[in-house]
Amino acid sequence: MVAVKRLVLDILKPHQPNALEFSRSIAAVGADYRVRLTVIEVDENTETLQMMIEGSAIDFEAVQSSITDMGGSLHSIDEVEVQSEPDAG
Amino acid sequence: MNLVERGRFLLHITGTHGIVRRYFVVNGFDGALTMLGLIMGFLVSGPASLGVVISACLGAAIALGVSGVSSAYVSEVAERQRALLKLEEAMVTDLQDSDHGEAARWVPMLIALVNGSAPLVISLLIIAPLWLALAGVPLPVSPLHAAIGVALLVIFLLGVFLGRVAGVPWLRSGIRTLLVALVTAALIYLFAG
Repeated sequence: MVAVKRLVLDILKPHQPNALEFSRSIAAVGADYRVRLTVIEVDENTETLQMMIEGSAIDFEAVQSSITDMGGSLHSIDEVEVQSEPDAG
Repeated sequence: MNLVERGRFLLHITGTHGIVRRYFVVNGFDGALTMLGLIMGFLVSGPASLGVVISACLGAAIALGVSGVSSAYVSEVAERQRALLKLEEAMVTDLQDSDHGEAARWVPMLIALVNGSAPLVISLLIIAPLWLALAGVPLPVSPLHAAIGVALLVIFLLGVFLGRVAGVPWLRSGIRTLLVALVTAALIYLFAG
């Protein structure tokens, strides 16, 4: 099994939910997610973010779904850290 | 997230908390002053049965409620759709399935509900003494005077609420709205009496 340990994403989102609420929602997707969000650019209606997510096994689809639900749009995956782990049992 | 939290969240992301509060006060004030005017009219125009007064007030209350719901819904649907379209253009994506799309569908209903229920509930509160008198509950003053008293109290409380929102002394704000009600009552007495 290959587990995703770290992701750095480039995201475009509306001003609301704000950066704190947005990060909290992403962090709530997993039990041990650590999220670091940096606002790169602010426009009239949108903001561009760089978001780093760390966890023991990040569920990328669930993260992407949470971003879309909040009105955000994933532009690119800028960094990835994955690790192969022996299958349990 | 329960229904109330979800409602709050949708109001938050659309920045419509202030609109809901404004609609509540504006239409609540409308309802209270309309009831005050009707009851003052009955008071100065000579004796009328309680049943007639209640029917007239209830009719006006229902009309205010329906008017509040329909007018707010129609205008807010247009406003929310416009805001969503603008956001979709900025995001270059379809937001119908996102929280913003959900907000565009639900927020007009929430605002319409507040806009309609504020005058209706306040009006029902003001005519409550009339119902109590009709049911045989003894009141310390005449039912019409009791209803006017409730109307003045509700209007004062709306002023207090506004004062708390604005962060100004609540008593001054309450007295200011109460003065508006007293001027209204005086005008009715002057022209209809």
